[in-house]
Amino acid sequence: MRFLRTLLDKLEPHFDRGGKLEFFYPLYESADTLFYTPGKVNRGTVHVRDGLDLKRMMITVVIALMPIVFMAMYNTGLQAVRAIAAGATPLDNWQTGLFHAMGFDFTSDFVACFVYGSLYFIPVFVTGFAVGIGIEVLFCMIRGHEVNEGFFVTGFLLPLTLPPTIPLWQVATGVAFGVIIGKEVFGGTGMNFLNPALTARAFLFFAYPAQISGDAPWIAANFVGVDGFSGATWLARAVGNGPQALGPVGSDAWWQAFNGLIPGSMGETSTLLCLVGAFILIATGMGSWRTMAGVTLGTLGMASLLNVVSSTTNPAFAIPFGWHVVLGGWAFGTVFMATDPVSSAFTNTGRWMYGFGIGVMVILVRVVNPAYPEGMMLAILFMNMFAPFIDYFFVQANIKRRLARNAAAK
Amino acid sequence: MLEHYLSLAVKAIFVENMALAFFLGMCSFLAVSKKVETAVGLGAAVTFVLTVTTPLNNLLYKYLLAEGALTWLNPAWGSVDLSFIRFLAFIGSIAASVQVVEMALDRYAPGLYSALGVFLPLIAVNCAILGASLFMVERDYNVGESAVFGFGSGVGFWLAIVALAAIREKMIYSDVPPALRGLGITFLVTGLMAIAFMAFAGIQL
Repeated sequence: MRFLRTLLDKLEPHFDRGGKLEFFYPLYESADTLFYTPGKVNRGTVHVRDGLDLKRMMITVVIALMPIVFMAMYNTGLQAVRAIAAGATPLDNWQTGLFHAMGFDFTSDFVACFVYGSLYFIPVFVTGFAVGIGIEVLFCMIRGHEVNEGFFVTGFLLPLTLPPTIPLWQVATGVAFGVIIGKEVFGGTGMNFLNPALTARAFLFFAYPAQISGDAPWIAANFVGVDGFSGATWLARAVGNGPQALGPVGSDAWWQAFNGLIPGSMGETSTLLCLVGAFILIATGMGSWRTMAGVTLGTLGMASLLNVVSSTTNPAFAIPFGWHVVLGGWAFGTVFMATDPVSSAFTNTGRWMYGFGIGVMVILVRVVNPAYPEGMMLAILFMNMFAPFIDYFFVQANIKRRLARNAAAK
Repeated sequence: MLEHYLSLAVKAIFVENMALAFFLGMCSFLAVSKKVETAVGLGAAVTFVLTVTTPLNNLLYKYLLAEGALTWLNPAWGSVDLSFIRFLAFIGSIAASVQVVEMALDRYAPGLYSALGVFLPLIAVNCAILGASLFMVERDYNVGESAVFGFGSGVGFWLAIVALAAIREKMIYSDVPPALRGLGITFLVTGLMAIAFMAFAGIQL
């Protein structure tokens, strides 16, 4: 290890101000702090209770995401295998070729599913990461700020919200849009107002709807024309045909959706693992439990209201709260997207309102808006937009209350 | 009946938001959104003017301008069609209502009056307001519907400009590249907000 330190120290003068490689200082700095804690430390007493920095925060979120990443790989393979067992043909692409070359067959064997799924997940993940980090480092060098780990979480979140069959060039375009327009034009991590991962996904959703909506993209197999097999996500089926299509809450089908063994975006399916993630985030204080509770309350309120109102023409009104929370991206969005500390509300009361708004909006979009079956992404973006105003409102109220209190004290 | 008006209002506020779905009224939307306080004031003024002028213009159009509108004066004038001067007539009534708002603000809220500055009289040529009147003609609304539509459009504009102002106030902590500072980044923010507002696109009411 000493060797590494000496090497870094030897290189440092080149990157310092006035050095030959000054332009690349952010690269040097990020490599240095990856291995060692920064050399600049405070002397004497400081008002710091916990040395939490961006790196540790981001790593905690990534740890909370890990089970979901593995689930994404397994479930992507499993859905393909199930479709093939029902009569679909495997996609004719390099993934299938490599899969056979490695000596696997399309059986519901755990390892086979995992390997086939990861052949879809990992390329998307690597593409997103390479493009995102590349852009971020370039921006850091041009603008002269440090490389920070903001993209780390975005790079994990985005592939989890994409369908397995998405073309890689679209992933690259989406990431570029999300990182540049969603974040870097505002100055980088912590200064944006929309969630960058969702900005990227929204861009892809509106720019290339054929590859990210409808029934086809969610399963990595060629099932068009197979009798009695539908590639539609369960949410699309529930919204189109009403909850009867799926059965009551608590049935076997519901448990399957809860565990996440259903078609959908790669990482969004498992409510169970999102709960595990929520536990980690809340226990470590990284995610706000107020936001999550607000979303749950808003969903409960709006779903129950629509259940009571009921509609003769729109079967989706009857979907109960219990189904809403296990379908689509509800759990994933609530735990990992809505709680993004940068784009959510900053005040504690504001977080309740912000979360509640997301809950109401997601049900509205799912049930009332025929244009999109899923509303989590747009609901979160919509409330991201109003989060600063919610904060403004509560901060002003707070100022007024204090002024009144001080006036009364005199 | 109430349901009809309610869905009309919701449609005007969210689905067909003047600022973020039609991009009307952009000049004041971009220029007067630096502070939440003034944005709230401008939003209120726009809402008031819209609520007053849309039904007013509706009456003007129905009883003076549309083809055959003058029959209530003289049955022989059934073929007279004055709708070609509707732009002038609408702008005139809008300018008059803006004048009233201006005088009222000058008298009762001088702080807001000076903060809004030139943008207050410029409401008269705010395209969101003329746009609402023209949409009203195109969609054949009656007086009640026009009032609800005007009010809804105003509230939608209000909501959008207040959200933008709050975002811009928060953005003093951002480090925007020098070339994009000011109007450039505001355009980008408006575009991103419009993406988020797509949540409502396609709702049938």
